[in-house]
Amino acid sequence: MGDTLLEMRGITKTFPGVRALDNVNIAVRPGEIHAVVGENGAGKSTLMKVLSGVYPSDSYQGEIHFDGQPRRFAGIADSEELGIIIIHQELALVPLLSIAENIFLGNEPGRRGVVDWHQAHVRTRELLERVGLREPPTSLVGKLGVGKQQLVEIAKALSKRVRLLILDEPTASLNERDSEALLQLLLGLKAQGIACILISHKLNEVLKVADAITVIRDGATIETLDCAGGGISEDRIIRGMVGRDMAHRYPQRTPKIGEVFFEVRDWHVFHEQHADREMIKGIDFNVRRGEIVGIAGLMGSGRTELAMSIFGRAYGQKISGEVRMDGAVVDVSTIGRAIAHGIAYVTEDRKGAGLVLDDEIQRNISLANLRGVSRAGLIDEQRETEVAEEFGRAMRIRCSGVRQRVVNLSGGNQQKVVLGKWLFTRPRLLILDEPTRGIDVGAKFEIYSIIDELAQRGESILMISSELPELLGMCDRIYVMNEGRFVAELNVADASQERIMRAIVNAEDC
Amino acid sequence: MSAVIASPQAASGRGYFKSHLRDYGMLLSLVVIMVLFQVLTDGVLLQPLNLTNLLLQNSYIVVMALGMLLVIVAGFIDLSVGSVCGFTGALAAVLMVQHEWHWVPAIAASLVVGALIGAVQGWFVAYARIPSFIVTLAGMLVFKGLSLALLAGQSVGPFPVQFQKISSGFLPDPLGGESLRLLSLALGVAAAAVLVLTEVLARRKALAHQMEAEPPLFFGVRIAAFAGAMVYLSWLLSTYKGLPNVLVLMSVLIVIYQFVTGRTVIGRRIYALGGNEKAARLSGVNTPRLAFLTFVNMGVLSAVAGLVFAARLNTATPKAGMGFELDVIAACFIGGASAQGGVGKVLGAVIGAFIMGVMNNGMSILGVGIDYQQVIKGSVLLAAVFVDVYNRNRV
Ligand SMILES: Nc1ncnc2c1ncn2[C@@H]1O[C@H](COP(=O)(O)OP(=O)(O)OP(=O)(O)O)[C@@H](O)[C@H]1O
Ligand SMILES: [Mg+2]
Repeated sequence: MGDTLLEMRGITKTFPGVRALDNVNIAVRPGEIHAVVGENGAGKSTLMKVLSGVYPSDSYQGEIHFDGQPRRFAGIADSEELGIIIIHQELALVPLLSIAENIFLGNEPGRRGVVDWHQAHVRTRELLERVGLREPPTSLVGKLGVGKQQLVEIAKALSKRVRLLILDEPTASLNERDSEALLQLLLGLKAQGIACILISHKLNEVLKVADAITVIRDGATIETLDCAGGGISEDRIIRGMVGRDMAHRYPQRTPKIGEVFFEVRDWHVFHEQHADREMIKGIDFNVRRGEIVGIAGLMGSGRTELAMSIFGRAYGQKISGEVRMDGAVVDVSTIGRAIAHGIAYVTEDRKGAGLVLDDEIQRNISLANLRGVSRAGLIDEQRETEVAEEFGRAMRIRCSGVRQRVVNLSGGNQQKVVLGKWLFTRPRLLILDEPTRGIDVGAKFEIYSIIDELAQRGESILMISSELPELLGMCDRIYVMNEGRFVAELNVADASQERIMRAIVNAEDC
Repeated sequence: MSAVIASPQAASGRGYFKSHLRDYGMLLSLVVIMVLFQVLTDGVLLQPLNLTNLLLQNSYIVVMALGMLLVIVAGFIDLSVGSVCGFTGALAAVLMVQHEWHWVPAIAASLVVGALIGAVQGWFVAYARIPSFIVTLAGMLVFKGLSLALLAGQSVGPFPVQFQKISSGFLPDPLGGESLRLLSLALGVAAAAVLVLTEVLARRKALAHQMEAEPPLFFGVRIAAFAGAMVYLSWLLSTYKGLPNVLVLMSVLIVIYQFVTGRTVIGRRIYALGGNEKAARLSGVNTPRLAFLTFVNMGVLSAVAGLVFAARLNTATPKAGMGFELDVIAACFIGGASAQGGVGKVLGAVIGAFIMGVMNNGMSILGVGIDYQQVIKGSVLLAAVFVDVYNRNRV
């Protein structure tokens, strides 16, 4: 083992009521891609916040050595000074500023407070080239997709003198194509001698690029696997993460599919702001009782818009078409009515639209079904607590209690809270939009089991996902969507990743 | 996997105090300020006459703070409350004095107009989606102007005796105590008893279900202090003229709003609206209607305050209500509400209003000029919010 760039020794960090890190050790060599994996709430993000100085050095125990010297960071500025740059799980860009303005925010080139925009644009162009993003430096960041925003973040990191780049779940909300591009970029940076710590729940990606993998479980280092010799498999990593072998990634399903329960006919939706842009161009589909139906498609194909427009017109305008349940037309023109008819929509944007972050777990879980915990308009907090604890147990939400605020939960556990909230509405049609984004393998299995259980009870499920293996593993039938239309419908027996991708490509060609 | 949900431990005293610092901090600040002025004014502050005055002077601020708290928690602001307060008071005055209406329909008309004003402003905020700051800034100007026009620049009064009683009246005393208003005292004691009873029951229920509960010492001291203060204050007031009508009105409103925010579905939804509007909307909350209703409510409470204020002065002047919005908003923020919405408590706002009130009153007794009063009040507001934000960030 050559020299080490970074070594963290015996890191222990506690929050009130939680020991998030317990004697964690990790060593990163210069120019290597070092993956950190572990279940939700294992402490990965916390460890990176310790490393980058978000948590100052007097708030934890343990040592950080960088370049062989002990270091104590009082804030992010100290770690950036050394070239340690972190890109957080949640992107931190200003949507109303341009790419160039974002990249040089807080670090503007120029003199005496006067920004030299010419220089900024020239340098931005270079940086964008380096990360392979073809966009003018003046584009507003808010107008870019998540994948491109991710690249802007990396360009921003490169604009500083970066030696160790930390990426916390960079591909969680990217589609396959963008993820692939990002991984290639990391390999390119590695060739330039920039080391990288990569946190991800997508183990196939980890295996593709990592030189070493450190596994964290319950806040402690379990092992560090060296990938140089090859021979490390996903199952091997999973064993380290969950502490046992996992025989299956998906529950063994025995579908009991009944009559058509939910049906949408000739559905048209126009863009929320631009009334002349048709987003959904006449879609018909149905879901049977006990059936899990998937919708595959690229980002921007209109999957979320479709789901939200059905869910009480939460998206769009000039919506036309029919929604039927058990053959009868139902009125789902407001979200309240949609919920009353037993429709639930689990959003893909858990922080922005799924959770009241500053509020307690229990109050988030009850929010969509306050009737279920109240009598005559009065909330029964006792009952509310019981309900939340029940879901907390069933879904293994890792927290110090149901009165903990959800901001302090790890990303995966936040997702479970959102799901719990909707399961508590006792839905008859559950619409899931990227339900396992940022969730670890163990928790994924738990969530799949919950979905399967719901289907077993005869409820209908509509699942939007960018992870094709997940659709193939869980669904009975898959619709393929492209540019506001369904371009294919496949029974899972006939479906494969290739066929789905081919359907998309064919549609794009004509 | 390890234990997923930790069972709630018996709260330790220090940990509990730390995590609930702000709730106790508020109360402590009020007590400290009261003691301070009690000493500085050589005991004038808590003399029965002055205490009565203090309550009367603050009643309308407290009433409006209840509505403002909901508005702020929902994520908005209302700058027009002072003007609306003045306008509705002026309206009642003109109806009673110039048009010789009976006082009951005049009050009703004022309240209805208050609701309508709230509805108009609420419509612009909730449905036209114009920022509340702008809508109510416009409202502030409009209703200030309208009061002037309505009163034609004159003071209008005096009012029928029954109307004046809203503010200048006291609870009758059928028990006929000579130097002590027994009914008033009895009410105070009864209220204290009810408080103790409900708190003890709630605590017992919480403990039975192993929910986090206050350590016994804190609980005992807090309840004893509250009940003691209630009995003591009502005794003080009883040695003068008894409980003012306004105090009764105010107490009833406080209890109602405390209950609505803490226990009801609609209260919960207002917090969700301010906490994350999108999430609330996707959870089936009719967010525009809820926002609209908080403004209607604010309008009604502004009218109540306007009536109380007019009755107290026994005349409506074009200047009535001027600057009230500042005291009302300050009360909410001193009381721990967050300008981002989603956070705030009714009792906090009430205590905040009294902190401002005690300072106003105490400084006036001390002869501090209106100039420095404002300087001090502004500094206290900033300091209170600073301490609050500082504590919240330090985890
Ligand atoms: N500010 C905080 N206050 C209290 N607890 C916290 C705080 N931040 C994190 N935690 C807790 O620390 C633990 C580790 O969280 P962390 O975010 O590091 O997990 P993670 O490994 O990144 O998970 P994920 O894969 O879901 O993102 C969790 O149990 C979380 O609830
Ligand atoms: Mg994380």
